[in-house]
Amino acid sequence: MSKRIEVTDLNCYYGTFKAVEDVTMTIQPRSVTAFIGPSGCGKSTFLRTLNRMHEVIPGAHVEGDVLLDGHNLYGNGVDPVNVRRQVGMVFQRPNPFPTMSIKDNVLAGYRLNAQRMKAREADELLERSLRGANLWEEVKNRLDRPGSGLSGGQQQRLCIARAIAMQPEVLLMDEPCSALDPISTLAVEDLVQELKETYTIVIVTHNMQQAARVSDETAFFNIAGTGAPGKLVEMGPTEKIFSTPDVQATEDYITGRFG
Amino acid sequence: MSTATTTRNADPLTAGQLPGYTTWVALAGSLLVAGMIDASLLGGFDPGTTAFLGAVIFLPVAYLVARVVQGRRAAADRLATNLVTGAFLLALLPLLSLLWETLSQGLPRFDVTLFTWSMRNVIGDGGGAAHALYGTLYVTGIATLISVPIGLMTAIYLVEYGRGALARGITFFVDVMTGIPSIVAGLFAYALMAIVFGPGTINGFAGSLALSVLMIPIVVRATEELLRIVPNELREASYALGVPKWRTITSVVLPTAVSGIVSGVILSIARIIGETAPLMIAAGFTNSINTNPFANPMMTLPVFVYDQYAHPGVDRIFYNERAWAGALTLIVLVMVLNLLGRFIANRFSPKTGR
Repeated sequence: MSKRIEVTDLNCYYGTFKAVEDVTMTIQPRSVTAFIGPSGCGKSTFLRTLNRMHEVIPGAHVEGDVLLDGHNLYGNGVDPVNVRRQVGMVFQRPNPFPTMSIKDNVLAGYRLNAQRMKAREADELLERSLRGANLWEEVKNRLDRPGSGLSGGQQQRLCIARAIAMQPEVLLMDEPCSALDPISTLAVEDLVQELKETYTIVIVTHNMQQAARVSDETAFFNIAGTGAPGKLVEMGPTEKIFSTPDVQATEDYITGRFG
Repeated sequence: MSTATTTRNADPLTAGQLPGYTTWVALAGSLLVAGMIDASLLGGFDPGTTAFLGAVIFLPVAYLVARVVQGRRAAADRLATNLVTGAFLLALLPLLSLLWETLSQGLPRFDVTLFTWSMRNVIGDGGGAAHALYGTLYVTGIATLISVPIGLMTAIYLVEYGRGALARGITFFVDVMTGIPSIVAGLFAYALMAIVFGPGTINGFAGSLALSVLMIPIVVRATEELLRIVPNELREASYALGVPKWRTITSVVLPTAVSGIVSGVILSIARIIGETAPLMIAAGFTNSINTNPFANPMMTLPVFVYDQYAHPGVDRIFYNERAWAGALTLIVLVMVLNLLGRFIANRFSPKTGR
């Protein structure tokens, strides 16, 4: 259950402002693809188009095609709700539901969609998801406590557990470690390595070392100047991008010579 | 003096200190002086005048003492503290006075009879406000049933769906409605009933309609504020799980804000339960218990208080006593509602549970 994403000629807009221009790329299944680039270059915006979260913002819209194993996410009659059930997302800041316990947070995708589930199945899914997120041992004795009582790193792993409980095809991660300390970051990175066995993972990061550590493919986004749209500069295997990139701008950014 | 200067120069971190009781000594001294001036020069001792005069003397004295001993910044701080405390006490005064007056005047008739008897065939002593209590509960209850769904859904529309001219228009008219004089709401309900059911239709439901006109904007405002402070991240988290928008609203947004919404609704009930003018027009007067809100006038507590005070019989004292007891009942009701609101807000608020 892991799918290939093919993006062709994608433009993202906020109202009339074009934020991302002309992106074409293929994201391989069962691998980790990292998006790097300076702030405001449209990495997160582009990431959010992959599960139709972009259009949640008023005035935001998209031109172009995103194919998930050949099915166009932006085709006629596509329900964004169904897209998001297949393409899960983890956000920059941990956002567990404050009214719910740890258990209910993990099962939120099912509970909120009013899917009925036997108590035993729910417990199994709960344990599997929390183990999948490397959180089970830490919370197994307090599953009924509120999720907001966990530490930041635990909350982020709770959000990952919540996303993988839905058994998505693809998992999008928008700077999942930027609010975490190095130890929690390590835990999440280890987790990403395990998760790529089952899911297609796309991760946005500002941390070059992180991109080098966790990803198989790296895409570098850049922006010509303020007000100009962000563009995909280069994409390729991570070793190549970090050793012998084709474009000078990529090398400048990676080696820190970027302005 | 010279030693003090050298010490201060030697250690720039120290400053003059005043012992903690200084304020109280200064206050007592000011009041004493004020009392003596009041008694000797202003013709007779009076607690009010003394307190006012004492405050006028105390403020500069406290400032000067602090200025001399502690320096300029500490003195300014002392002055501001005293002014703020004074304003607080001043604001508390009418409240305490009102409570005291209502309690002392209302308690004599705050008895079982008040809640079991109506004013039917009562002249003079006895009688009660049972009919008005029933009426208030009916009228306010129906007004709440009308206003809460409309207000809640309007707020949800404004926060979650509303864009452009329609949302701006609704916001504008909600603002206008907040400022509608309550008597106009009463006239509106009266006119509406007259158009629909014929002239002179006065009943509890008409009163509820009038109160709804006043209550809806309060509920909308309170709910809107609370929905807006629900973090967008929670909505996005829910969407990202493939939860449809309407279910995100009912299962994530509303539960997160529910404690505030419930207390907001209860406060809005407390706000309209004491409305008098619209009920005099729309719900009318009666001396009998009427448990049918759709026929015949219905008495309510505020109107009862007004009626007892404004249309007393021969033995005025009994009517005044009943008016005060009715007022006390209203205050107790509002207080109970407020406490209930606080309790619910605490009970259902999201817990961090560390």
